[in-house]
Parts: sequence; structure tokens; C-alpha cells
Amino acid sequence: MAATIEAPAPVAPAPHQRPAPRGDRLSSWKWSHRLAFLTCWACGIALCAVTLAIVVYMGVRGIQYLNPELLFTRPTPGLQQHTTGGILDPIMGTVILTIIGIAIAVPLAVTSAVWLVEYGKPAPLARAVESGIEVVAGTPDIVIAIFGLAIFQLPILAPLSFTASGGGVFGRSFLAAGAMMSLIALPMVFGATREGLMSIPTHVREASWALGKTRICTIRTILLPQVRANVATGAALGMGRIVGDTAVVVVLLGATLQLEPQGDVPILGNLRGTGSTLTSYVYGASPAGEGNAPQKAYAAAFVLLLIVLTLNFAVDYLGRRKETR
Amino acid sequence: MFARRREPWTDRQASWRLGAVASLVLLTIVLMVGFVAVRAWPTLQANGWVSWLGSGGSVDRQLGDMIKTGQDPPTAAYHLRAWPLIYGTILTTAVSVLVGLAFSLFSAIFIVEFAPARVRAVVVPAVRLLAAVPSVIYGLIGILVLAPFVGNHLISPGRKDSVQNVVQLDGTGVLVAIVVLTVMITPIMIAIVVDALRAIPPAWTEGASALGANRWEAIWTVSVRAARPAIVAAAVLACARALGEAVALSMVSGSRGFSPNPVDGITYIFEPIRPLAASMVENVDAINAPAVKSSIYAFALLLLLSSLVLSIGGYVAKLPMRRQGLRV
Repeated sequence: MAATIEAPAPVAPAPHQRPAPRGDRLSSWKWSHRLAFLTCWACGIALCAVTLAIVVYMGVRGIQYLNPELLFTRPTPGLQQHTTGGILDPIMGTVILTIIGIAIAVPLAVTSAVWLVEYGKPAPLARAVESGIEVVAGTPDIVIAIFGLAIFQLPILAPLSFTASGGGVFGRSFLAAGAMMSLIALPMVFGATREGLMSIPTHVREASWALGKTRICTIRTILLPQVRANVATGAALGMGRIVGDTAVVVVLLGATLQLEPQGDVPILGNLRGTGSTLTSYVYGASPAGEGNAPQKAYAAAFVLLLIVLTLNFAVDYLGRRKETR
Repeated sequence: MFARRREPWTDRQASWRLGAVASLVLLTIVLMVGFVAVRAWPTLQANGWVSWLGSGGSVDRQLGDMIKTGQDPPTAAYHLRAWPLIYGTILTTAVSVLVGLAFSLFSAIFIVEFAPARVRAVVVPAVRLLAAVPSVIYGLIGILVLAPFVGNHLISPGRKDSVQNVVQLDGTGVLVAIVVLTVMITPIMIAIVVDALRAIPPAWTEGASALGANRWEAIWTVSVRAARPAIVAAAVLACARALGEAVALSMVSGSRGFSPNPVDGITYIFEPIRPLAASMVENVDAINAPAVKSSIYAFALLLLLSSLVLSIGGYVAKLPMRRQGLRV
């Protein structure tokens, strides 16, 4: 989108593109100001360098240790690194968990955002909900995980999770982990949806009301279709958070190497069973865990980073498409 | 008839139904505090409300003993003095937030004011990427790259021998934990400060320029000063993130309930620690022992309350900017 020469100059430049005052040259600055200027550049370059170093290093290690066979074999416990199998189950675990989490988070978050922006009454409740979501966003994931454990260990919820042969409720399953993951994704989806709704001008709503539509009808037919891209952005951000979360998986999914279904109903059994994700696999295979298989950890971390990068690009793409419209 | 099918809800119904769903969030928070507090109760009661935060004995041994106390432990089995873990949390959080704050302030000024459009097109995605990298990857790099480097090149064998009766210096410890944590929380702070600096109306800095300030003076005395509430908010919210970081720190912090003593000099920054959140992750396997369980929930309660206070603090810190009509 290069600006052509004929295009009229924008009336007010975008706030982050302030022109320097005329005659203000670096050479006329005090030394301390020049030093600050250099520090700013150094920080910016250091940021890029750190990012580049992480991506390149993980990329090199990933390509070095990752092979197709690894992706399609199931992991097995083993002492030597070459006997521990592949990372098929962790990948499937990541996918299942992300789907569950986002499937719970999106409806809740969109409903909350719509209510807050379009109705928002009684006002104190609306403000409480708003700050409540900020509190959830600031709660450490490990606390959310341990809270989930307390909930899903309740005897009432026993059918949803892995039960030991003796009848003890462990409170660990894909459903339990997914439910708590939705709390981690919720603030992202909520924030994006609210931004989208607030950026729709009021006259759009007023036009619809003037035609005799109720508020809820306006929401369904006019507003929600317009914020679809925002919801998608939020969902992508939320999925990134779910994919990258380790604490919930370690605490609530059991982090068993393979997917271990509970009961013999095909899909439901898996949802009630335990498993692992890429994050918990990396954690377990690193020197900090029991596996001590750094090559496998690098390979899994590379796959994980690829997923996160893809989601990141999706967010970028969605944002850019909205800007051009 | 068809109208009703097309639009089954009246506005009033819709309002309270959607509102009920939105209020679930509040219910969740209440449940969270309630459940965690109830589970933490035995530990709090057995140790006293405040004294379990103090120091005394080895916290690792205390947690280890709890596992052996069986399903119906006596009150004495709940004995816990968690100061080393709290010390580790405060140390890592405070240092990394301070370092990260200076770094992110200058980076944000660079992004908003100095970077040419092409450079900005690289830096902004880089920051977003850094924020999106999962913590376990930072932990992996920390334990497989940084820790061996520190252990092999920065710690001399003599230094290792000098403390070998107390702790093992293998590279993981205060230094690596702080470096990893700083890299993790800096992008969050940069995002908040960048938003705030962008929200400053251009007229304000133009006014400074008209009075003869050069560009840096205009930025430093007007933009940064006006964005000060947001900078405080960034630090507060980053604190909340750093407090709760469990997995990466459990990998790189050395993972021992040990409180390093600043008197040790340089050795101090190589000594192992273990923050609260990391202790929770590592002890979760032993959660079937009631005493351990209650201790873990006590840690969780402490983290939950601190992050609650910090979230509210971040909100309050931004209020002065909102009052001036700036959207941050």
C-alpha cells in the first residue's frame, strides 16, 4: 500500500508518526539526550536480536532432530532416547485440548462482551463483570489449574474425569483440562470482541432500531456478522495461549505419555481419559523432567513453536484484512 | 407467528439471559477464592495465619515429611515455614520487573517515536512473537543453553567447591531464572507502554516543541510523563505475570527450597531457589497426601490474593490517564 504522490496529505498524521520539529538535528542535542536516543535504538535492536536468536536456534535444533517418523509414532516410556518413540500423542492431545478449550471459551466470551457493550445494565454488575474478566486474565495459570483440580475432584463431577480402580476421583481428564483452559482463553476472546463491538459506530445500531428491530435482533443480524473477524482474532490469540500452557496440562491432564481413555466408549472415553500435550511433553523430556531426552524435547518444542507462529500469523492476517476493508 | 419464530426473545429476556451468562465469570472467581481457601484452611489453621510465611527449617524437608504422614495426619504434620519459596518469588519477580521495566520503556519509546516505518514493521511483530512463545520453550532454552553456559564458563570450579556442602552450583539458579523471566515479561510491558505512548495526543508534544524543546525533551518530559500511570500499570501487571510463572522457572531456577544470602557475594547469583508457583507444579504429584495438598492450596491462595491485588492495582494505576480522556 505505497502512498502515491498525488494522494492528498493526511490532515492529521497518525499519532505515532510525529514529524521532528524543523531544525531539530541530533547534532544539536545534549550528550545525555544522544545517549538516551542510542539506548532506544539499542533496546529495539536487542529485541529483534533476541527474537531472531530464539527462532533460529529452535529452528536449527528442530530441523536437526525432527523427522516424519517422529511425528507419526506414539511415545513409549524408555530409558534411552532412541527407544522413547515419537510425539503423535502429544500432538493429538494439543489439538483435542485446544478444540475443547476454545469451544467453551468463544460462546461465553462473545455472550459476555455482547451483553456488556449492548446492554450493560445494571451498570454496577457490568463493571464487576468487566473487572472480573481482568482478574481472570491476571490469575496465574497454575492457580487456575489447581482450582480446576478442586472442582473436578468433587464426587458429583466424577463421571467427567479419570477414576482410579479403587474409586478415588483424580479429577484429571481432557474435559477438566479443557474447561480450565477455556478460562485462560476467555479474556483474549472477550477483549477482541469488545473492541470490535465498540468500534461499530452508533448510527449503525440506530438505523436498525429505527426500522423497528429489537436490540437482540440488531445484535444477531447486524452486529455479530460485523465482529466476526474480531472474534476470530481473539480465538486465535486464545488458542495460542492454550497451546502454550503447561501448568494446566501437568496438573489437570495427568501428563501421561499416551492418550489413556477411560472406559470403552470411543470418543467420550478419550475425553474422560488422560493424555499429554506438546508442552507437557517438552517439560517431561527436558532435563527437568523424568524423560531426559533433550533431542525429543527440541523436536517437540519446534513443532510447538511452529503452531504458535502459525497462530500468530493468523492474528496478523486477520488484523490486516480488517484494516484494508 | 413467523415473527416470533424469527426473533424468539424479547429485549428484556435477552438482557437478563446474556447478563446471567456474563455473570458466570464472577461466580467462577468467587468459587475460585472459596475452593482454594477451604482447601488451604488446615495449613493456615495449623501454622497460624502469618507464621507459615516465616522462615525456619528446610521447606523441602517439611514438604517431604508431609508425604509420609498418611491419609489422616495430625495437626503437627502440617508444619510449614515457606519463607524460602516466598523469598524466591519476590526476588525473581522484583529484579526481572525492574530490569524489564527500564528495557521496555526505552523499547516502547523506540517503537513509537524513533523507529522508521520499515524498522517498526520488524520490531512490532518481533515483540508480539516474544509474547506468544510458550513459557516451556523459554524454560527449555534456559535449561539446555543458558544454564550449561553459566555452569561451565561463569562459575569457576573453586566457587563450586566452596559451597558444595550446602548447595550444588550447576548453572541453574538466580541468574538464569531472572534472565528467562525478564525475557518473558518484557513484551507484556512493552505492549502496555506502547499503547499509552500512542494515546498521548500529538498536540501535547507539539506544544513542547513549540516552546523550544528538542524531540527527546518533548518525549521525556511530556509523553513519558503523561504515560507514567500506564508505566506503573505495566510494572504491576508484569508482576502478576512473573509471580505466577511456574513451569519455566521450575526448569531453570535450580528447584531447591533454598534462600540465598546476599552476603555470599557473587556466589549469590548462582545459587538455586524455587518460587512458589514452581513448587506447586513440582509437588502436585504428591497431592494425595492431605498435608501436601493443603500446603499447595495455601501457596495457591497466596498467589491468587496477590494477583487479585495486583490486577486491581493495575486498574487503579491507569485511572489518572482515563480521567484525562486517554484510552489506555
